[in-house]
Amino acid sequence: MSTLERDPDDGMVQVIDEEGGVVGDVPDLSEDEFVAMYRHMKLARHFDERAVSLQRQGRMGTYPPLSGQEGAQVGSAMALAEDDWMVPSYREHGAAMVRGLPLKETLLYWMGDERGSHIPEDANIFTPAVPIASQIPHATGMAWADKLKHDGETDRAFICYFGDGATSEGDFHEGLNFAGVFDTPNVFFCNNNQWAISVPRERQTASETLAQKAVAYGFEGVQIDGMDPLAVYKATAEALEKAKNPDEGERRPTLIEAVQYRFGAHTTADDPSVYREDDEVEQWKAKDPIPRLERFLRGQGVLDDDRVAEVEESVREEVADAIDAAESTVRPDPESMFEHVFAEQTPEIRRQAEEFAQLRERHGDEAFVEE
Amino acid sequence: MSTQDQEQAATQNLTLVQSVRDALATEMELDDEVLVMGEDVGKNGGVFRATEGLYDEFGEDRVIDTPLAESGIIGTAVGMAAMGLKPVPEIQFSGFAYPGFDQIVSHMARLRTRSRSRYTLPMVLRMPYGGGIRAPEHHSESKEAFYAHEAGLKVVIPSTPYDTKGLLISAIRDPDPVVFMEPKLIYRAFRGDVPEGDYEVPIGEAVTRREGSDVSVFTYGAMTRPTMEAAEELAGEGIDAEVVDLRTVSPMDREAIVESFKKTGRACVVHEAPKTGGLAGEITATLQEEALLYQEAPVTRVTGYDVPYPLYALEDYYLPNAARVADGIKEAAEF
Repeated sequence: MSTLERDPDDGMVQVIDEEGGVVGDVPDLSEDEFVAMYRHMKLARHFDERAVSLQRQGRMGTYPPLSGQEGAQVGSAMALAEDDWMVPSYREHGAAMVRGLPLKETLLYWMGDERGSHIPEDANIFTPAVPIASQIPHATGMAWADKLKHDGETDRAFICYFGDGATSEGDFHEGLNFAGVFDTPNVFFCNNNQWAISVPRERQTASETLAQKAVAYGFEGVQIDGMDPLAVYKATAEALEKAKNPDEGERRPTLIEAVQYRFGAHTTADDPSVYREDDEVEQWKAKDPIPRLERFLRGQGVLDDDRVAEVEESVREEVADAIDAAESTVRPDPESMFEHVFAEQTPEIRRQAEEFAQLRERHGDEAFVEE
Repeated sequence: MSTQDQEQAATQNLTLVQSVRDALATEMELDDEVLVMGEDVGKNGGVFRATEGLYDEFGEDRVIDTPLAESGIIGTAVGMAAMGLKPVPEIQFSGFAYPGFDQIVSHMARLRTRSRSRYTLPMVLRMPYGGGIRAPEHHSESKEAFYAHEAGLKVVIPSTPYDTKGLLISAIRDPDPVVFMEPKLIYRAFRGDVPEGDYEVPIGEAVTRREGSDVSVFTYGAMTRPTMEAAEELAGEGIDAEVVDLRTVSPMDREAIVESFKKTGRACVVHEAPKTGGLAGEITATLQEEALLYQEAPVTRVTGYDVPYPLYALEDYYLPNAARVADGIKEAAEF
């Protein structure tokens, strides 16, 4: 039976339990793919730890950590086909990395360099949106455009990521409502990490689940264990397939609520100990997606101590290289501020750019830049 | 389009709103990627008939009746445009654009910059604006300054049927997002010759509606009419006013503004938007920055008042009319 067709009363979709034991249908992945999934998750975790540490050392600005959410990000991103599209929020560095966004770009972006938000031309990733939920209508519009361009047929699906807090925003409603009405090939992937900064999930809605909100839009919603990468992979793959090839009378969109937990702060600018108990964090840490997948893969004979050590070593190297590359990147040309406003500079922007160039010449950059 | 082509092209005598429709139909005919979307734009043809007949001509996939949701309309149009379509979403009245304001300022205006031009938005957000139509609350405001203040947006406000078609075609062809504000007071106030087929009126260029030597009067949109009336009236009193219609309020044609002012040394700016933070302030500042030594008199401003737009029993007192504009011009002329 399809994951999407389950009775919601059965509880969350799970494939492996907290001990890594099999409790559902294991998706059909090759050994290499399982190892890749594990490596991506380890990479996301290590990157995250280094990024937080860079921020603490004053080498990077405010940064939103993802630890605890690797299963949801990697599991879902791996389910995407090459032609599918990802429309992320600002916390999906792990998912974007799976899709080919170099770690260096992510670092540059959080180091305040606009060049970091240029997505490579060959990666189907939309530029991350910061205002909560505002990317949801974009994802709907992108999927809708694809459908309109192909006379109602489409062989691509568009996954949109957002958090539990986003489900309270008007754009969540408007984006999902349009998707239902125009039957767009979308997967709405809600990373329910329990906290919108300091406000708990219960304060966002009196609905029992977030997944059930899909009912109001006329399409399926499913609640999954977001810390079980295999459940995430399976549910996302099925939702993507339905978006592209729905059965007769079936609506294309799906809302997936991936239940998970953010181990760290919302961003490096807040202190979660102010609003939540350590006990709660410890309870969720027991569900950590990485040891869980590792135990499963060891049990399957896919991983052993040597392979784990190999992965850890290569992940450390990759992150260190990305940090070196980002930190050795020459600061952006200050005049680049006046570029990419319009296809052609307007006379007034040109005039201001010239004035700015003269100012720099007159005073020198040291007059402007505070270290 | 060359003068010769203009002579050869057949012309139609259209109202301003008919020329909106004509521009949409013309571009949709020429470019399959252009589509129209919004509330009541399809079967109903738009509450002002700006999209009349397009649904029958181009079908429901290109003339799309959407749910009643401004953020959804603008936000999905952003997604469509990023994927290479050229959506022309309509907001039924500019006073109802605000639920979509976040999409306009956070995304429409910024996506090119944010993505370093990987994603660009060839979209046009149409909205009728302005007062004088005896409408209920929220149907009469003139808030172009909001959009002109936002870097990354172009803001166009036509005042004639000819310009409306040419500017809307330019806006649709522009690779960047354009807010196209239509003066609904003069949607049907008069007709003008509009060529059949496609032609462009360039964005960012003002036009002199009346040559004059005593005072430069800068205006746009629906206020162009009372301004012209006032200028004609004052001609009888020996004041020769030059009327410059900006047509685009962002990017503003500063060169044309300064050039006219250097000739006259006196200026009056007319808009129906409230005075504080209105574009008259921007124009005045430009004049003192670039042509101070030409200045013979204080720049006068004839604008809406800094009060919430009144219900229509009082709107005639709120909106600048020919008498108020004439006073403003005289004040500049006689200083």
